[in-house]
Amino acid sequence: MSMPARNAARPASPPTPAGPAPAAALLALPRRKRLDLTALARQARGASGLVLPPAVAIALLLVLWQGLSSGGQGLPSPTTIWTDSKELILHPFFDRGGVDKGLFWHVLTSVRRVAIGFSLSAVVGVALGVLVGSSRFAHRALDPIFQVLRTVPPLAWLPIALAALHEAQPSALFVIFITSIWPIIINTAVGVRNIPQDYVNVGRVLRLSPFEYFITILLPAATPYIFTGLRIGVGMSWLAIVASEMLLGGVGVGFFIWDQYNSSRISDIVVALVWVGLVGFTLDRLVALLGRIVSRGAAAS
Amino acid sequence: MSSRAYLSIENLGVTFNAGPKSSEVLRGVDLTIDQGEFIAIIGHSGCGKSTMLNVVAGLLPVSMGAVILDKVAVEAPGPDRAVVFQNHSLLPWLSVYENVRLAVDKVFRSTKSRTERHAWTMENLALVQMTHAKDKKPAEISGGMKQRVGLARALAMEPKVLLLDEPFGALDALTRANLQDSVMEIHGKLGNTVMMITHDVDEAVLLADRIVMMSNGPAANVGDIVTVDLPRPRRRIEVDTDPAYIAARHAVIEFLYARTRWCGPPEPVFRAPAATRAPIFCTAA
Repeated sequence: MSMPARNAARPASPPTPAGPAPAAALLALPRRKRLDLTALARQARGASGLVLPPAVAIALLLVLWQGLSSGGQGLPSPTTIWTDSKELILHPFFDRGGVDKGLFWHVLTSVRRVAIGFSLSAVVGVALGVLVGSSRFAHRALDPIFQVLRTVPPLAWLPIALAALHEAQPSALFVIFITSIWPIIINTAVGVRNIPQDYVNVGRVLRLSPFEYFITILLPAATPYIFTGLRIGVGMSWLAIVASEMLLGGVGVGFFIWDQYNSSRISDIVVALVWVGLVGFTLDRLVALLGRIVSRGAAAS
Repeated sequence: MSSRAYLSIENLGVTFNAGPKSSEVLRGVDLTIDQGEFIAIIGHSGCGKSTMLNVVAGLLPVSMGAVILDKVAVEAPGPDRAVVFQNHSLLPWLSVYENVRLAVDKVFRSTKSRTERHAWTMENLALVQMTHAKDKKPAEISGGMKQRVGLARALAMEPKVLLLDEPFGALDALTRANLQDSVMEIHGKLGNTVMMITHDVDEAVLLADRIVMMSNGPAANVGDIVTVDLPRPRRRIEVDTDPAYIAARHAVIEFLYARTRWCGPPEPVFRAPAATRAPIFCTAA
């Protein structure tokens, strides 16, 4: 059998930092520098290809918005928002006590709630998903319940939570938990049920104990599915937090939006919406990144 | 039945029940294999070759009769009957070394020290000439190399019988020849008892001491057995023109194409309950 050359694909060496270099390296410098320049140019082209289209689209959107809303009625135009909410945009970190804080603090409070609620639902969801995925009896017993409950909108849970827990803070956490747990359970269960029979057979031939099987085969094989569920779940929990804070009050970006609506500061709401969108996007990407790191190499070959 | 038989399959019958329907795959299979013997099992698709191997492995239950290995009836899978699967089935999240080490750690946890287990892992990788890729992931090596690692993992368990389920079926002809040579060399060195399923007549004649030819299913059994009377070590180029080789090859081809013809349904694939591909749900609340 012919083995492939081991040094086949060696990446181009990165640019060497300036400093005392041996003569050979100095001699080779011009050539290497030219190579780096072309690589840099290629990188710049790639980056501009990624950045330019969305930048153009955003600019066009702003122009369109400005044109449509310049009548003075209805939604404020981008320039109006800038003049109205300049303070809010430029100073996200002020804190005058109470709920009079910069947007950063509101968002941070919301993110903290999501972190707690989502962590809980991740742990419970993966555990339940493994149970439902590996036991046919558990699947038959629980799946109908899950399928019905997962369609209940987050806000419908809020009165139940308030009635059961009596307090706003745990109720908000519960709403996040209950909203984000369903995709985690369902995707984990699908992942566990889809473990290739070959891997199961390897475990059987080796006589792995249930715990060893769980650690060495089940978890790694289901990881891509688990992270699909976690990613959908974190998005849904962010949807739920904003909605539930609107009703609960206190600090938090959801309440901020509601508060500004009551004082007719629509410009501030638009600014808050941009924050909500960007944070939601970041959360999604964070979970996706974590999934890529954890499931590295788990792709079937 | 010879009482010295190491592995004996006695009046084996396998019937699959799927709800109200049942299909009899094997009926009355009798086969005895001596220690150190290399057996090839050949037959048309659907004749239950894989089923028979899976029963010996313990992965499928026996409906009738018994499989007895070294005086003990086979009831469950175990490392004394290591399997090399057709599609390698290495765990993709473990490196080549870790895949073999997993088996070594499991089988020799109490009998070998940590350093001994490391050495044993490396020894088996060396046996299949894969030490150079020990830190690679299965996705990074070729199909032939994956089968080598699968073989190393099976050998590392020191099985009483090595079960090869069409191990080279998915490989190109040159790679396959190369692996066949490796298997012959390893068999010569270690003297394992081997049971190999194959579709390839030349592979069967070259590697096996005896070739078991299965009749067509349903309810297949052993149609005939050809003894390959060639001395070992065998060399591909030399045996090619040997009268014994030609005779054995002819007997197998005669059996496959004159006495049995493919007529049954395609080989049934019996797996765990079909994994339902539920849609990944992504609705917003």
